[in-house]
Amino acid sequence: MENQLNYSTSTQMVPQKKQKRENILFSQKLAPYIFVSPFLISFFVFFLYPSIQTIVMSFQEVLPGETKFIGLQNYKNLLNPHFFAALRNTTVYTIWTLIILIPFPLILAVILNSKVIPGRNLFRSSFFIPALTSTIVAGVIFRLIFGELESAPANTLMRALGLDAQQWTMHWGTGMFLMVFLASWKWLGVNILYFLSGLQNIPKELYESAEMDGAGVFTKFFKITLPLLKPVTVYVLTISIFGGFRMYEESFVFWQNQSPGDIGLTLVGYIYQEGFVNNDMGFGSAIGIVLLVIVLILNLIQLKFTGAFRKE
Amino acid sequence: MESTTKRNPVIIAILLLLLIFIAAIALFPFFALLLASFKPSTELLRNGLNLKLQADLLSLKNYVYLFQDGAKYFIWYKNSLIITIGGTILSLLFSSMVGYALAVYDFKGRNAVFILVLAVMMIPMEILMLPLYKLIVFLKIINTYWGVIVPTMVAPVAIFFFRQYALGLPKELLDAARIDGCSEFRIFFKIMVPLMKPAFGAMAILQAMGYWNSFLWPTVVLRTEDMFTLPIGLSGLLTPYGNNYDILISGSLLTILPIIILFIFFQRYFISGLTVGGVKG
Repeated sequence: MENQLNYSTSTQMVPQKKQKRENILFSQKLAPYIFVSPFLISFFVFFLYPSIQTIVMSFQEVLPGETKFIGLQNYKNLLNPHFFAALRNTTVYTIWTLIILIPFPLILAVILNSKVIPGRNLFRSSFFIPALTSTIVAGVIFRLIFGELESAPANTLMRALGLDAQQWTMHWGTGMFLMVFLASWKWLGVNILYFLSGLQNIPKELYESAEMDGAGVFTKFFKITLPLLKPVTVYVLTISIFGGFRMYEESFVFWQNQSPGDIGLTLVGYIYQEGFVNNDMGFGSAIGIVLLVIVLILNLIQLKFTGAFRKE
Repeated sequence: MESTTKRNPVIIAILLLLLIFIAAIALFPFFALLLASFKPSTELLRNGLNLKLQADLLSLKNYVYLFQDGAKYFIWYKNSLIITIGGTILSLLFSSMVGYALAVYDFKGRNAVFILVLAVMMIPMEILMLPLYKLIVFLKIINTYWGVIVPTMVAPVAIFFFRQYALGLPKELLDAARIDGCSEFRIFFKIMVPLMKPAFGAMAILQAMGYWNSFLWPTVVLRTEDMFTLPIGLSGLLTPYGNNYDILISGSLLTILPIIILFIFFQRYFISGLTVGGVKG
């Protein structure tokens, strides 16, 4: 195939192009800069400039037509129950997704990686399909399943188990459960695939020689599988933390920015509410900066514990 | 692990049951949605979704209603398609160019650019949505497709992926093509792009899924109902009012159905596209 390509391009191009002027298109020095220019433009316009503006606005009162420097007032205003509810919800949500979306996919991947299980591809695909739905559509379904009525599927199940029917979206604990369950349902299959690809990189001989030394299933899991999956685990951890702190839609589908007692308020939801609903961009920016600092600190911790961010 | 389980059919049976149980949880919501789409919404609101197949209640009315009176739904569908296709094409073009240059050329500032790519990857865009909104208003692309696409069209994750992929391309081809008098851009579009086909497949899925399902940023940009995308439009129907639920349920199903059908045919691309980063050792 390579030869073919070479051949076809050379026959077409040689006669006319060879003597032509040395223009920009042929410069190996300039070409890379032209290639990366879309990123640089986008970086400055849609990343760096807004970043700086977020910082600036967080010290301002932004009104239509005029802005006023108000020092740290926006940050002082952060000390309110809504902000703490948002911070708490986002943090608890992230921790729960980590607790569920790392160990379970890992174990399921180990099971699916074992050749004795029939229908492995079918299971793999079934677990993956939820990742294809948008969170909004998934939320539509979850609202039906976890409806308030006693006859809704989840409550039917609760009563079959001898438990009380729940008003799922009315309490902090059950509300958190809905969001975590929705996220777990959606991302389980994706994380399984990450771990499966990690497992496939572990040389079989390691297991064979361990078996010869008389190692059992658990010894092999803890001494070989787990340590060698560390890079994948770190990666999954990173994207899960990232996904957790930017969470918004999982809350939106259940409460649309209006949850009783802020049980569904997240940091991103709070930015949206203050910035767009209450039109207080300065205050919204201050929330954004706090979120930014949290994400940066978590990233730095990550870098520190795992070495540089993925050297190729 | 294998030799131990091979000898023990009981363990295999238990594991199989576990897998079937989890697969059932994964697929149940789709079944529930399918069932709900055949039931009248009044029934859903009054009695909730119950899973009995009450034959007398099942009907195609929701779909009939959707196609007869759901004009706005199909406008959202069209908007979603335009944004998904347009955004995907542009982001593939730009991201592949950048990733390719970072992998193939040795130029001054290359490492700096790469570090910037990684930095952007680490910061959620949601943090910047307020100034980005002001910028979109300033650029006069508020409430347009461009407003949704432009700030997201150079995607750092895709750049990263294309770079990793392009690192494995044969460099000799490049030199051979240069000797033959190809311009750098012709080399990229005519030789390298075809060689990166699998990367394009995976990234097309990643980007298309991202645009099709994205919610928050389109909500910020698109202000009028005739510009809404499917997730925005559907989310507006969440409050049970009028016959919202007729469109909501059948419309939700028609939103995910094409993706599931595509998934069945292009599983490999879907899987590599949506598990970016984990594949490399």
